Amino acid sequence: MQTLRIPTPLRSYTDGRSEVNVSGRTIAEAMQDLTAHYPDLRPHLFNEEGNLRPFVNLFLNQEDIRSLQGLETPLKEDDRLMIIPSIAGG
Amino acid sequence: MYPTLSHEEILRYSRHLLIPDVGLEGQRKLKAASVLVIGTGGLGSPVSLYLAAAGVGRIGLVDYDVVDASNLQRQVIHGTQSIGDLKVESARQRLLDLNPDIQVEVYNEPFTSANAMRIASDYDLLVDGTDNFPTRYLTNDVCVLLGKPNVYGSIFRFEGQVSVFDARRGPCYRCLFPEPPPPGLVPSCAEGGVLGVLPGTIGTLQATEALKLILGIGEPLIGKLLLYNALDMSFEFVKLRKNPRCKVCSPEPEVTELIDYEAFCGVPGHDRDEGEVGGGWDIAASDLAKRLKVGNHIRLIDVREPHELEISHLEGAQLIPLGQLAARLSELDSAQEIVLFCKSGTRSARALELLLSAGFRKVKNLKGGINAWAREVDPRLPIY
Ligand SMILES: [Zn+2]
Repeated sequence: MQTLRIPTPLRSYTDGRSEVNVSGRTIAEAMQDLTAHYPDLRPHLFNEEGNLRPFVNLFLNQEDIRSLQGLETPLKEDDRLMIIPSIAGG
Repeated sequence: MYPTLSHEEILRYSRHLLIPDVGLEGQRKLKAASVLVIGTGGLGSPVSLYLAAAGVGRIGLVDYDVVDASNLQRQVIHGTQSIGDLKVESARQRLLDLNPDIQVEVYNEPFTSANAMRIASDYDLLVDGTDNFPTRYLTNDVCVLLGKPNVYGSIFRFEGQVSVFDARRGPCYRCLFPEPPPPGLVPSCAEGGVLGVLPGTIGTLQATEALKLILGIGEPLIGKLLLYNALDMSFEFVKLRKNPRCKVCSPEPEVTELIDYEAFCGVPGHDRDEGEVGGGWDIAASDLAKRLKVGNHIRLIDVREPHELEISHLEGAQLIPLGQLAARLSELDSAQEIVLFCKSGTRSARALELLLSAGFRKVKNLKGGINAWAREVDPRLPIY
């Protein structure tokens, strides 16, 4: 089981939760698990072809998954995932 | 050589001079420094106030807006007296009152591809306190092209981000966010709101980073992004890396001069909630009032959030929040005339596009939203 931090702009799709538990052997599986529980999140994270949208930043334990193996990065128990949103307010 | 300090300045900056890491030399570095603050709103207020108080010798302010009553909940550099005044003028007066020994240069114009290089080239570093995606990408690219640090801060509701983007030493904004989100996906502060103290927290962190860069002390937030959440009172850091294929800061960049950032982001370079759709799809509040008065059967759909009904509402309107509209289209009849509205017209403009793409044609957007109705038709309603 891993935890995933949900940024404020997406919390309306996770019943207001700031952190959710997910489980998977890879990030792709964990994200599958996430969107199975919160289907309304899916269009915000993935495009029609099932690829992560380019403006979605996913971090695993402080590292950008683009600098790891992307969605295929294997996960360990207690890993922590974060979605970092594009926000522009000032 | 750094400029010397007068006796008055030595007294003023006494608490800095006592810190060995700053000292007289550090204070003289601050006096010699110049910082351009983009935006004099929520973030620009604390940033410029603290930089001025700290004795940064020359502060540039870019903004083209005027002070509005709805700014004062967070834009603490302005006051009730300055409602209606140019923001840069209101800010200049406050900064010079705080510290008459500094220079404040103001640019009462939007920061655009046409003027950005000219304005920015005259400053040591830039602080990004803008409120929209186009100006953020512009500020980044200007800094990369001119080889200057960009002290970045951004806020939404209870959440903030801070980093120092310096492409000479680390990643840039585009390394982290290669593409802007699609228009309308991320609500702005004008639509989504923001806790007033949040820009205070994030702006003071930006000011701290700017001072550290000028003084050359400590560890700058280069290659790190700070994520702050006021509700959890959490500060978390992630590592940022230079994207080897970054369009602007990689060795072979695609972007070598400023581009059209509003086109790139698909949204305007400001965060004023003033939605209209254009192309004949809008209806003015006064026209809607006339048509309702003569008994036209028009279905009013309010696409705001439930908690906004308490502030103001229109008689007979049905609430379908924008986020639920796509799933609730079956509740609407495309044969009946529909008028969509929200606070000021931005969300209802998006709702209208959704209905158009679903095949609706007898549909209009209330231009300027329920606030326009309050202004033009029913002054008993508050404007928010
Ligand atoms: Zn870059």
